[in-house]
Amino acid sequence: MGDAGEAAPAPGRGDGATAGDGRPRLALYWGSACGGCEIAVCNTHETLIEIDRHFDFCFCPCLLDGKRADVEALPDGGLFVTLWNGSIRTTENLEMARLLRRKSRILVAFGSCAAEGCVPGLANLASREETLRRVYVDTPTAEPGATPPRARTDTPCGAVELPPLLPRVATLREAVEVDFTVPGCPPEPHQIRAVIALFTAATADPSVLPPRGSVVGAGRSTVCDECPRTRQEKRLTRLHRTYEIAPDPTSCLVDQGLVCLGLATRDGCGAPCLRVDAPCIGCYGPPEGVHDQGAKMASVIGSVIDLAPLRSVPEGAAQDASVDAVLDAIPDWVGTLYKCGLAASVLGGAPARRRDRGPGGGA
Amino acid sequence: MTFVLEKAAAPAGLRRIVIDPVSRVEGHGKVTILLDADNRVHQVRLHIVEFRGFERFIQGRPYWEVPVMVQRLCGICPVSHHLAASKALDLVVGAKKLTRTAEKCRRLMHYGQILQSHALHFYHLASPDLLFGFDAPVAKRNVVGVIAEHPELATQGVLLRKFGQEVIRITAGKRVHGTGAIPGGVNKSVTHAERDELLPQMPQILAWARGAVRIAVDLHRAHQEEYDGFGYVRSNLLSLVGKNGDLDLYDGTLRARDADGGILFDGVDSQNYRAHLKEDVRSWSYMKFPFIGSLGADLGWYKVGPLARIQNCDRIPTPLAEEARQEFLARSPGKLVHAPLAYHTARMIELLHAAEVIDGLLRDDDLHGDDLVAKGPRQIQGVGIIEAPRGTLIHHYEVDSQDLVTMCNLIVSTTHNNQAMNEAIREVARKYLDGKEPTEGLLNHVEVAIRAFDPCLSCATHALGKMPLVVELRSADGALVEEIVRE
Repeated sequence: MGDAGEAAPAPGRGDGATAGDGRPRLALYWGSACGGCEIAVCNTHETLIEIDRHFDFCFCPCLLDGKRADVEALPDGGLFVTLWNGSIRTTENLEMARLLRRKSRILVAFGSCAAEGCVPGLANLASREETLRRVYVDTPTAEPGATPPRARTDTPCGAVELPPLLPRVATLREAVEVDFTVPGCPPEPHQIRAVIALFTAATADPSVLPPRGSVVGAGRSTVCDECPRTRQEKRLTRLHRTYEIAPDPTSCLVDQGLVCLGLATRDGCGAPCLRVDAPCIGCYGPPEGVHDQGAKMASVIGSVIDLAPLRSVPEGAAQDASVDAVLDAIPDWVGTLYKCGLAASVLGGAPARRRDRGPGGGA
Repeated sequence: MTFVLEKAAAPAGLRRIVIDPVSRVEGHGKVTILLDADNRVHQVRLHIVEFRGFERFIQGRPYWEVPVMVQRLCGICPVSHHLAASKALDLVVGAKKLTRTAEKCRRLMHYGQILQSHALHFYHLASPDLLFGFDAPVAKRNVVGVIAEHPELATQGVLLRKFGQEVIRITAGKRVHGTGAIPGGVNKSVTHAERDELLPQMPQILAWARGAVRIAVDLHRAHQEEYDGFGYVRSNLLSLVGKNGDLDLYDGTLRARDADGGILFDGVDSQNYRAHLKEDVRSWSYMKFPFIGSLGADLGWYKVGPLARIQNCDRIPTPLAEEARQEFLARSPGKLVHAPLAYHTARMIELLHAAEVIDGLLRDDDLHGDDLVAKGPRQIQGVGIIEAPRGTLIHHYEVDSQDLVTMCNLIVSTTHNNQAMNEAIREVARKYLDGKEPTEGLLNHVEVAIRAFDPCLSCATHALGKMPLVVELRSADGALVEEIVRE
């Protein structure tokens, strides 16, 4: 586990976390990721120059030619802050997470994959072996007799050419201690600017930082707070699949029978999906105080289904069937409710005690 | 396998050099090189060390959610996955033909993606190697060096990309992981106000795009002999080709040529891709090795992407890009160009084409229609193929009666180029590394060859580095848009 200390002290000139010119070092690294977080950082345009003004941006394989060996050569704590995106899928991801934890005063789980596992976390619904078989063997274009790549190939001049897969997709927090979390798939540019401004201020005065373990670059409430639509808390007698209706642009999607995860998702994104008639998929993770986003959303759905028509139905099997008929509109509840949060949930194999890290943190 | 330098004959006692990670590329890769005591090269491999397994976990998901979910394959060209999946699922919902509005909105989104991705790759990731030399100092060899020494060029790259991103935002809602396409069509069309944001910028975008082709051509010509031979790798070519043999990056049928330009197959409906393409698996890479089935894994591998596309088609259906293409072809009459570094020129010709297509679409009132979704008899499977920025992208789904995906097969663009990239770096190793002590600069030669294949790399629009600089971004009429000062 990491050993980041209680608070990140301000780096000074000649301090271990600064480059020769006095700028604190910053890294942006990807674990098992899609590159969208890098793009989101790049989409802050001029903020990138701000980053460079205040930090020695020294490690980012997508952008810069620094290598792993350059990071290994830094002193422990030599990076003031590392923004880590991506989940932990291979042993290489794990090694890099441990390396960057050791080298970083502040380690940030940046983006939904690092924080919650995001969509690729749905891989936890199948075993590692089943997944490998599906991709390399049991596929329409595979050659007969194909076998998956070998995670470890022994050769006379060294082993290991491919990092093995871990049994399941894990969040960064499961692998190492995380100081802060920035949610989003990807984090929205205006929030990235705010986060960069926060860490820039922290280089001079660490007391500006919120308690370790906090979510930064987001709100504390739900997406509904930023959604331009009006909710009337209607009771529903049926749910719809997104393609079945053309939603009214002004009223709440849940009121219209769509499963929009905004009610169980942290605000801060500005609700861009809702503005183009698409339901929230939950990429900003659960709001403050909610442990399990999918369970929260399931309880929302439970509360909006109109049970009045059931009063005429006798209790027991017939009533169950009526409820099922409503729920059957959505054939994949786990993928719907945990689209971005499965790897961080108990259902997805994560340890049960992973949230509620108050001030001072704690694993 | 019979590939030279894929496997050392006698690996005992060889020294292993590792480039880890390969940088200024999208995703996780490393290169291993085995050298003997005299630094003779015995084995070179590009290993793709990441694995995410989308094919498995898309299984069990409702088909209508797939276009949004698969965007998480790649944050650099999510639009390509979004559209390839949507095209496959169009067939599942029975929409053999989209409404005019839906097809044109999707095309606009796609060509916006091509424009921004190609601009980023060329200006920000590849150009440092081309402008400063493959063994320039590491600190200079990035986009910052470009901004410092060629600010006008860098500014054009930034603004071309920004324009492409705006096209995506208007058609998809978000710049990364948007939501515009749905099975059977799109969920919104383009408003007149949105069009009016974009259209006035077109003259400047077209002018810069023409300039981009010129820059690429001039850089290549300045090092003609070295670039023509660098990582040279003869191979078959594969791409979609549109109606009448036109270059079409959104839709068409599959065509493959051999290394001399002879047609291997043509007019193959995307639904039949399996009859022609197979994939090989090797123990040392998570990335599969596709090949043309009839030729086998040893001879059937091929290149995809801009260099393949502009030579595989019969013409580009927009005048400026076609003119540039003819000039490109005229330099080696009757012979296909196989030099990886020629990808850069081909990419800029496509960028110009993308700008011309966007210009045409923005003048088309079909963009503003309200007939967005088509439907028909439900089918159990569909294949969607699109030409993503870096090459042919194949999505194949089977869907059960519960509307859940039961099978997902993906062959993504870079995968097609796997063997070609491996061959290119082996050629570079033979020519530049063999017998020499490997320096950082020499090893970067290997990465230069890899970068040439991958236009889907994108990242910083502004640069980071060590040098003081002032960047002024000016609009078409010369007005200062933004001034960036870095001490």
